[in-house]
Amino acid sequence: MLQLNDVVGGYDDAHPVIKNVTFTIDKGKMIGILGPNGCGKSTLLKLISGILPLQNGSVRIDHKVAQSYSSRELARKMAVLPQLHNHSFSHTVRETVALGRYPYQQGIFSSWSQEDENAVVESMRQTGIEKYATEDITYLSGGEQQRTFVAQALAQKSALLLLDEPTNHLDIEHQKQLMDLIQFEVKTHGLTVLSVFHDMNLAALYCDELILLEAGHIVAQGEPHEVLKEKQVEKVYHTKIARISHPVIPKPQISLLPSSYSQKATVVSAQHINILSDYVLVQTPEPLKVVSSSLHNAGIGWYDTFMNRTVDEYYMCADAHEEMERYIQLAGFIPSKTVAMMTAVAVKHAIIKEYEEDGLSIVVVVTAGVGNAVDASKSYLRQPLWHIGTINIWVFINAILTDESLLQAMMTATEAKVKAMADEKIMDTIAQTIATGTSTDSLLIAATQQGEMQQYAGTVTKVGRLIGRGVYEATVEALRDYKRAKGMIE
Amino acid sequence: MTMTRNYILSLVALLISIALGVSIGAVMIPISALWDASNESSTNILWSIRIPRVLLAGLVGAALALAGAAFQGLLKNPLADPYTLGVSSGASLAAVATIYFGFSSSIFGLFTLPFFGMIGAGVSLIIVLAFAKLVDRSMKMETLILTGIIVSSFLGSMISLMIALSGDEIRQIITWLMGSVSMRGWPYVKMIWPFITLGGILIWLNRRELNAMLFGEERAKYLGVNVKKSKWMILIGGAMLTGAAVSVSGTIAFVGLVVPHMTRMLFTTDHRHLLLLSVLNGATLLIICDIISRTIIAPTELPIGVITSFIGAPVFAYIFFKQRRKKG
Repeated sequence: MLQLNDVVGGYDDAHPVIKNVTFTIDKGKMIGILGPNGCGKSTLLKLISGILPLQNGSVRIDHKVAQSYSSRELARKMAVLPQLHNHSFSHTVRETVALGRYPYQQGIFSSWSQEDENAVVESMRQTGIEKYATEDITYLSGGEQQRTFVAQALAQKSALLLLDEPTNHLDIEHQKQLMDLIQFEVKTHGLTVLSVFHDMNLAALYCDELILLEAGHIVAQGEPHEVLKEKQVEKVYHTKIARISHPVIPKPQISLLPSSYSQKATVVSAQHINILSDYVLVQTPEPLKVVSSSLHNAGIGWYDTFMNRTVDEYYMCADAHEEMERYIQLAGFIPSKTVAMMTAVAVKHAIIKEYEEDGLSIVVVVTAGVGNAVDASKSYLRQPLWHIGTINIWVFINAILTDESLLQAMMTATEAKVKAMADEKIMDTIAQTIATGTSTDSLLIAATQQGEMQQYAGTVTKVGRLIGRGVYEATVEALRDYKRAKGMIE
Repeated sequence: MTMTRNYILSLVALLISIALGVSIGAVMIPISALWDASNESSTNILWSIRIPRVLLAGLVGAALALAGAAFQGLLKNPLADPYTLGVSSGASLAAVATIYFGFSSSIFGLFTLPFFGMIGAGVSLIIVLAFAKLVDRSMKMETLILTGIIVSSFLGSMISLMIALSGDEIRQIITWLMGSVSMRGWPYVKMIWPFITLGGILIWLNRRELNAMLFGEERAKYLGVNVKKSKWMILIGGAMLTGAAVSVSGTIAFVGLVVPHMTRMLFTTDHRHLLLLSVLNGATLLIICDIISRTIIAPTELPIGVITSFIGAPVFAYIFFKQRRKKG
């Protein structure tokens, strides 16, 4: 659809902005151009659209050199949406969209055909601006104006669309609407789109391919995950970033790291564990990085309030998540900053243990009830019913843990728990085998992200050794406590 | 349809002003004299004085309004008028020089003044365009405006110099500069209508292109407009209109600036209609102003330029006020 071959050009012949750019775009693809300010993104668009002359190389549209098209022919092949500007005079929305049909009108008295009318009506419907049709465009908001110009470009019915930061000045609702609309045209009508973006994350979400420019050169080209590599982006933008995965769709996202972000020194010790009447509570001065299988705010996140709440043995609630959130609020904490679990074990039975080795310290908190003990390897024998009885394990680590070591810490802690169950001979009453846990156990690993970096947390690593030992010992103690409370041992 | 209504309104206003312009004057002439030739002196006044005067006023008004609308659209500047590009200064300088030096040519006779005026307009246009192109190959609108300002202030200073140095001619020069359509007769009408027609057609052919260029040259180009070609056509068309108008009637203020604005506010911003409606309304306004200028303190005639601003400014202010209030 669009081929650039060795394109050189800019505003000044002696100092071209774009240097030897070559790429090809296939029909029906959406391509994003990224790069820092002044790298030549907009200049590249102007070279392709013919606003600036090429100093060298060629731009081909549909296998024909762009300059060989007449103005009108070119406008029928390619629509361009430049950045939004202010205007001294104005048209109505409909008149503006109707101008998109200009390249199809010829002769002195060119008449307005049914096809022209259909194209205008359809593109106004697609962009949802019919209701403004007779309004003056200067009285519309930025988002509505931009949609009007998109409608104008769509009315041109060209196969290629060039966009220069189309979502500039739009809020996220209108950003999404606009990008969804363009993506729909790409997917259903085979529109080919080349768009300049400032927002790498938006580009990663919508584009099939990205082109990363630096000082007029292409430094990377390919699918978003190939282009948005942490090192590469940091080098081109001279900015510290972190690359993360989009939580819902398989696209990379880029996150900035503020350089002046500083944390208060945070160390979790046994004194921080408060046993209150209805829950065990930990509050830290700074949020900790947490991975957990808690009821409230499970998953990976940053939290500064930790709650292990005792509920009645007969606690029944249709929506435990909502009830828990209300409970947290009533207790005076902020639900979005709180991780919370539930147990039927009275909080006074919580076991708190602290370990330290070579300047690395962890705190383990365990509550255990095993009325519902299950052997994971035999759980298929059971009805999937919820029973009371839960082992809740918290591990606070005063160190920096990578995502890798957070997950390894989960494994290490789980293995230690299973061993404690075995050593305490907790039985699965149905399978008549040794249980590995209960059906509703929760585990939480929280790291202060200060101090020593722990790359790994497997069983024989520095932090893994503490976790294995701590979780085992605390769980054994909690299980004995439970047995004692149930009168099974003295 | 509203657009049909707009045309009918403007056309009716024009016809009424023509009828008034033809009949009102030192001698009241009934409109029936047009077809009833029984009163010879009435018919004589009508055909040899009134009708050419009304036609000339109408043509000049139409030309200035059309050129104003086109330049405002092309330059995307609400302050632009037919004089922005310095064309009128060229025409004025040539005319003032003709008076100052008492230059007269037996070949052109009565037309010496308008003839040199047109040459002045043409030369100044060439200077403005050539200089603008020298400064900036792509001839951006801002470059054109600035070049126009440079050229017209320079030419303006030369006009002032001649006024300062002139003796008896001063009254003639000032009167000419303030603009008038009196005592011109048919020859003037015949001389300018081809230029006005041709200039008008050049501009009208670009009515859709002007709509597109309101969003800027870049967007217009993306829409498929051959911007370079349209720009030249509009500039030359506008210069022909302005040069023709200025050379016969002097620099009549306000019409070219305000008629397009009034038409936009009252009717439409769409150049497909704006251009024609400006032509009708520009003609009407100048015919009415001419009637007033020659009747208000008759038998003395005021320069028409005084009246256009005197009447035009308050009317424009009123429309402007109403319009802004409506849009809130």
